[in-house]
Amino acid sequence: MKKEWPLWEVFIRSKNGLSHKHAGSLHAADAEMAIENARDVYTRRNEGVSLWVVESRHITASNPAESESLFDPAMDKVYRHPTFYELPDEVTHI
Amino acid sequence: MNLEQQFQDKIDQEIKIEPRDWMPEEYRQMNIRQIAQHAHSEIVGMLPEGNWITRAPSLRRKVALLAKVQDEGGHGLYLYSAAETLGASRDDLIELLHQGKAKYSSIFNYPALTWADIGAIGWLVDGAAIMNQVSLTRTSYGPYARAMVRICKEESFHQRQGYEILLTLCRGSQDQIDMAQDSLNRWWWPALMMFGPSDGESTHTEKSMNWKLKRKKNDELRQHFIDVTVPQAEFLGLKVPDPLLKWNEEREHYDFGPIDWEEFRQVVAGNGPCNKKRLQDRIQAHEEGAWVRDAAMAHAEKRSKRKEDALTNRVA
Ligand SMILES: [Fe+2]
Ligand SMILES: [Fe+2]
Repeated sequence: MKKEWPLWEVFIRSKNGLSHKHAGSLHAADAEMAIENARDVYTRRNEGVSLWVVESRHITASNPAESESLFDPAMDKVYRHPTFYELPDEVTHI
Repeated sequence: MNLEQQFQDKIDQEIKIEPRDWMPEEYRQMNIRQIAQHAHSEIVGMLPEGNWITRAPSLRRKVALLAKVQDEGGHGLYLYSAAETLGASRDDLIELLHQGKAKYSSIFNYPALTWADIGAIGWLVDGAAIMNQVSLTRTSYGPYARAMVRICKEESFHQRQGYEILLTLCRGSQDQIDMAQDSLNRWWWPALMMFGPSDGESTHTEKSMNWKLKRKKNDELRQHFIDVTVPQAEFLGLKVPDPLLKWNEEREHYDFGPIDWEEFRQVVAGNGPCNKKRLQDRIQAHEEGAWVRDAAMAHAEKRSKRKEDALTNRVA
């Protein structure tokens, strides 16, 4: 019987107040072991206060080849930014 | 612009290549090969030092060495997972190592004979590795570059603990000083070989540089290593075993004697002092751990099936 342990993606919250951030991946037989391995592999120097692990096959990623059509719609909408609106200098705190 | 030009364009603009981006097949293969070789080096590199953990002269030295060797294991894991983002399978990579078809750094085929060697390994071997790895934090493949950043952060303690070991020995008895000198004599040249042959002879270099897999040339890194390391040896009061070593005022670099590339080729070809032992130990560890891997997988499958069954029963 030869079977590779599934691959897991590891996310670390470095301190409270910050979001979890992708750190890398590892192999583990199940979620519990993935957490333990993530502790040993990615947080040997207090890099985190919280860990997420998710099996890599559950992640759906956008296709980089389509990133243009995916992100283009946001490109020409300057009116979503505060600098688009012209107000006189006398108006403050806005 | 075709895909290959777009790809080169991104690289020229220092935009990192990420796992799902289009890349030439050769770029993928070169990366897998380089990253796997690097991963194998971290893992095999645990062996010469692991040998001294139980014989460290104090508890302080022992916890430091244990932590260092554990770090190297971690480095291997970061790197294997970086290679996996390119579609390589971990099992296949390890299989290639065990079959002798994949390389690892030839330095680890030399034995750690004395406690001073643990100092010399940290100082010189990790020191040389750091020099190479710092330049690779700017490599073009994103996951590899990120792994290098993590690794470099961890490496500096490795080199410092090694130097501290030698510093202690060099402030000790004549026997201890002799032991330190002997280890420098044995590790100096193999450490210089770690950067690989001059780039002129290396066929991959040009492509590697264009694709920014590699950021600095072997000779450039080697020279930099010598320039920073010689004063460190002088501070220890040790003599670098190279009669031709001399500061060159004009070049503002050290000149140094010829490297015995025949020795390097022999060690790479499998004829170093410990090649067989290193591979044997890796294979043995892997084989003896097989039942643990299988049992963990069987246990996980059983548990997830039980959970599933419970769910189905509840629904029914
Ligand atoms: Fe390392
Ligand atoms: Fe290291």
